[in-house]
Amino acid sequence: MKSFALAAVASVAFAGTASAQTEITWWHAMGGALGEKVEEIAKGFNESQSDYKINAVYKGGYAETMTAAVAAFRANQQPHIVQVFEVGTATMMAADGAIYPVYQMMEDAGEPFDQSAYLPSVISYYVNDDNQLLSMPFNSSTPIVYYNVDLLEKAGVDTSEMPKTWDELAAVAKQVVDSGAAECGFTTTWQSWIQLENQAAWHDVAFASANDGYAGTDVELLINDGVPLRHIENMAEWAKDGTFKYGGRQSSGNPMFFSGECAITMGSSAGRAGVMSNMPDTKIAYGMLPYYDDVQGAPQNSIIGGATLWVLQGHEQPEYKGVAEFFSYLSSPEVQADWHQFTGYLPITNAAYELSKEQGYYEKNPGAELPIKQMTLNDPTVNSRGLRLGNFVQIRDVINEELENVWSGQATPKEALDQAVARGNDLLNQFDASN
Amino acid sequence: MQTKRVTFRHVWLPYLLCLPQLAVTLVFFIWPAAEAIIESFYRTNAFGTSMQFVAFENFQRLFNDPSYFASMRVSVIFAVSTTVLAMTLSLLFAAVSDRIIRGTNAYRTFLIWPYAVAPAVAGVLWLFLFNPSIGIATYALELLGIDFNATIYPNSAMALIIIAAAWKQISYNFLFFLAGLQAIPNSVYEAAAIDGAGPVKRFFTIVLPLLSPTTFFLLVVNMVYAFFETFAVIHATTQGGPGQATSILVYRVWKDGFVGLDLGGSAAQSVVLMALVATFTVIQFRYIERQVEY
Repeated sequence: MKSFALAAVASVAFAGTASAQTEITWWHAMGGALGEKVEEIAKGFNESQSDYKINAVYKGGYAETMTAAVAAFRANQQPHIVQVFEVGTATMMAADGAIYPVYQMMEDAGEPFDQSAYLPSVISYYVNDDNQLLSMPFNSSTPIVYYNVDLLEKAGVDTSEMPKTWDELAAVAKQVVDSGAAECGFTTTWQSWIQLENQAAWHDVAFASANDGYAGTDVELLINDGVPLRHIENMAEWAKDGTFKYGGRQSSGNPMFFSGECAITMGSSAGRAGVMSNMPDTKIAYGMLPYYDDVQGAPQNSIIGGATLWVLQGHEQPEYKGVAEFFSYLSSPEVQADWHQFTGYLPITNAAYELSKEQGYYEKNPGAELPIKQMTLNDPTVNSRGLRLGNFVQIRDVINEELENVWSGQATPKEALDQAVARGNDLLNQFDASN
Repeated sequence: MQTKRVTFRHVWLPYLLCLPQLAVTLVFFIWPAAEAIIESFYRTNAFGTSMQFVAFENFQRLFNDPSYFASMRVSVIFAVSTTVLAMTLSLLFAAVSDRIIRGTNAYRTFLIWPYAVAPAVAGVLWLFLFNPSIGIATYALELLGIDFNATIYPNSAMALIIIAAAWKQISYNFLFFLAGLQAIPNSVYEAAAIDGAGPVKRFFTIVLPLLSPTTFFLLVVNMVYAFFETFAVIHATTQGGPGQATSILVYRVWKDGFVGLDLGGSAAQSVVLMALVATFTVIQFRYIERQVEY
């Protein structure tokens, strides 16, 4: 009996020490190898100190993770940290009572935090009007061009220098098709992000009114005119003879590049590892996004995609102290450089970038530095900071649908973009009215 | 004829016995349906921190949206094609396999097999076969001079989801048709044969009418399946595209509600869908069932 009581006391004492460690929940959307890396980061933090324990939980894709967090918040079961993709930014920002802005949380927790240590083109997507950081950048990428050098050579293209302008790229792509080296010249993934959102920033033209949505929620799309219209008209023209071929939404166009059906693709810089592992025997070259050289201000800088970590309200203050410490750990040069080099996502701090340089990473990996250079080519302008649109997830779908009507020949570029603007504005009005 | 009547001695017993079913209906149907109706009159932001009563605005928005009616058209084309394809093929398979003498079980097992495949997996399977650059079926079609590309052409995409959805449902239909066929007594066939009716005539004048209860049941089940349970097939293959060519009503409800976080708009769509289902069910049972001979 006595020994039983002793055991009970011991177990209570043991439970006591266990619960002294504050648990922090982090919902993320990184599956596969990336998910393992996330686990590794959480483990690294847990071993670096003994007060807090981060539990990283995989919640499915970006949309699922965000929806899960929203549902959890409504049921008062929200995690401390949730990873949200860049198109969800406006929705998160508008959720006043639900989110805990990162700059404020760091301040309240007394955690040293220097915003200037972060790459401006990365954080500009996630700051408020007063340039204060709302969510912690985690995985960011930017679109670049991938060239299958073997196919270009087969087509007789001079591969000493890669195309810089759209005219040059289209000429190369056409030569590939005409020479029979490949069936299609170039394809693209993430058409809205790369061919419209980034093209607008890259040419320093507005994608939407109110400074791309940064100045308020009364916003309208501006993509049915000027550079965006011209570009989609060109793409439609190129689609006729195979110079361009559409490969599907998100990154489902990738197999066309991997299989050699298309000689050129445009995709996320984080897709570099995937390209290399799928095409181990092919010579690949990397290039910045092409631009129209008669547009003033081009090339400006490209914008990012990816996700940030948002902190949700509704927990005890000591727990937020743990979150703050974790964010400091996450931004440390070693952790960041490792994450950047392993995944191909951009380094979010200058220090991580410098460290990667010192480690000789960019010399060993041609093409890995190009996205950083492209993204930081110039200081961001109002047109190239990023996009802050409500209901952006749906707007992207609308753009996807309308562009697909162009590729299938059911609508002219002007009709499709007019329709995209009309439907997109409707969604923006909805968002304006509900917030 | 006097019917046998069961009487309960206790007043509460019948209620108690009905309780589990009532509880299930209440929790999984009445409650969410009521929530959907309430939600459809509100406009809320994603986190529910702001909630405004907007009366019928969500419905107005829906009915002013031409793409909603396009989605209805798509749903009807998809549901009818899937049902017709799945039912005719399964009836054919059932009729043929009913006459097989050797290896019956092996054939039947293979025909029933697809039913065990999850809808999303079925979708991915067909997506691989019809992948525009690496699909073997696309390659074969290309040799025949057909340019099949579900990412660009609306018709290809529609064909792809119809095939995937129907393939998944054939097994289920097959089982019921086979059971129905086996329930028809041989003497009926023999009598018809003696009267000089050939196999085709026998099929259309004897088998089809006698199978009508099974056919009616399967018609209802298949339509419900095509309308409501094919979400995973579409999500795994076309995601509603290209354009909105394969965006059926249920897929829209999910997309607007769970991806777009437009709960009011999504709830309004659910309510419309609920009304449609109720109407169809009444029509099916009142008008079509009358043609059925049990």
